[in-house]
Amino acid sequence: MNLFNIIEEIEKVDPEFNERISPRRAAIKNITSFGSKVAVAALPFALGTMFKKAYAADTAAVSVTDVLNYALTLEYLESTFYNAGTAAKGLIPAKDASYIADITDDENHHVTFLQTVITQLGGKPVTAPPFDLTAGNGKGNGPFADVLTNYKTFLAVAETFEDTGVRAYKGQAPNLVGNQVVLTAALSIHAVEARHASAVRYLRTTSGFAEVGVWINSTTGLGNDTGISLVNGNYNGEDNVMQGGVDVSKLKDDGGKPIGQIDAAAAFDEPLSMSDVLALLVGSFIVKQ
Amino acid sequence: MPGDVNMARRSFLRYTGMGVASVGLLAVASCKKNDSVLPKKNLAAGNGIDIGSGDVGILNYAFALEQLEAAFYTQVIATPWQGMSDTEKECFSTIRQHEICHREFFKVALGANGIPGLTPDFSKIDFTSRTAVLGAAKAFEDLGVQAYDGAGYLIQNPDYLTIAGKIVSVEARHAAYIRNLVNYGDYAGPDVIDANGLNNSSTIAQVLAIANTYLKTKVSASNFGYTA
Repeated sequence: MNLFNIIEEIEKVDPEFNERISPRRAAIKNITSFGSKVAVAALPFALGTMFKKAYAADTAAVSVTDVLNYALTLEYLESTFYNAGTAAKGLIPAKDASYIADITDDENHHVTFLQTVITQLGGKPVTAPPFDLTAGNGKGNGPFADVLTNYKTFLAVAETFEDTGVRAYKGQAPNLVGNQVVLTAALSIHAVEARHASAVRYLRTTSGFAEVGVWINSTTGLGNDTGISLVNGNYNGEDNVMQGGVDVSKLKDDGGKPIGQIDAAAAFDEPLSMSDVLALLVGSFIVKQ
Repeated sequence: MPGDVNMARRSFLRYTGMGVASVGLLAVASCKKNDSVLPKKNLAAGNGIDIGSGDVGILNYAFALEQLEAAFYTQVIATPWQGMSDTEKECFSTIRQHEICHREFFKVALGANGIPGLTPDFSKIDFTSRTAVLGAAKAFEDLGVQAYDGAGYLIQNPDYLTIAGKIVSVEARHAAYIRNLVNYGDYAGPDVIDANGLNNSSTIAQVLAIANTYLKTKVSASNFGYTA
């Protein structure tokens, strides 16, 4: 399956797709013809929301190689991004060269590792789709147009990729229940992405670009704490404080006070489904073919 | 044929991976095929407890580690080293709150199935030394990440697994942060990440052997091959 022609693929297998999303389809057309930065960023999220509404809950798991190929696609994006960043002259200050190089190495290793595992499992690793690191869907002039010339923008995009990567791996864990080898590997990459997320957030703050925590300090109704409203969709739901039926914000700390929204939300990172992640990326960072 | 279309549509629905049911933890904590043995006092070990078996055992394992971490950071804040900066104070206070969130969550979610409160033993840690405290914090956080990563496959219930996933990435954020405070740029290192870029993972036995050196109440996992 081609992961990236989402709507076309859906129409092939689901003739009722138009009916399901209608009359919202007209709204999508309007958004795409808009051409503004806001509209470009809003489009993927709008798609994700519609998918959720259009389909009821799914009950069966996707295959292990599907999960791994999805992970590989995300790692291609990250490795392409960091390789381009480290190759861009004058982008990364000398003081941070080895800091970023270590992340780059990890992402490159993840690509190689996933390709090897997929092959060993008898699957075929997907090839990398075309990317647009400006989020311009192939035009190269998206909302992050200076991503490879402005370090501030580069770190902003890095933060979004890492936080989203963490959510993406987490979202696939239920599809790997009980699989000692693959689940453990996926959790182990997930943890490294979370280390990266923390590291990049730290760098944004120490570089004076933003004051963000190394964890996600969501306020009620706004998962995104990065200060970059273009990526609100990537943090949608991070403000959740309900865990397994327990409202963590209402639990008491050791001083007897309710824990509250910020710490309760920050203490638990939230997953994203495969369709949500692809909807966020396809048509912006991943070129829609 | 209509049948083919339906089949294709079903596989698409499967592919979208949407809507993995999130049922209340308390609501599904029992009556599963892998029904769990309740944690019990480990009389043979005298003063110890056992985490039990099945998913409840793994959740109790996590609960034990969160109790340990929360107690550690509480001590750090109660007896700060001389000259602890405001940034460091805020860092440790917030991490303490996160660990308390995790601890209190497990306490409520496990209810009667939960292990009791553990008594820590931090006599080996010099809380007046910044180096010692940061070193211990780094060790606890890295251990926590390796513990969750290593035990994930033992969890049968997908909702519990997701909750473990929600916690472990926050522990990894803590770990990277503390490592950055110890040594800038060392958010991950060859001591915790392998040549494939994977975080190391540890078995329950490996983790508890270390954790128990900081606990007066010794924790066993007899159903997972470890007795203190």
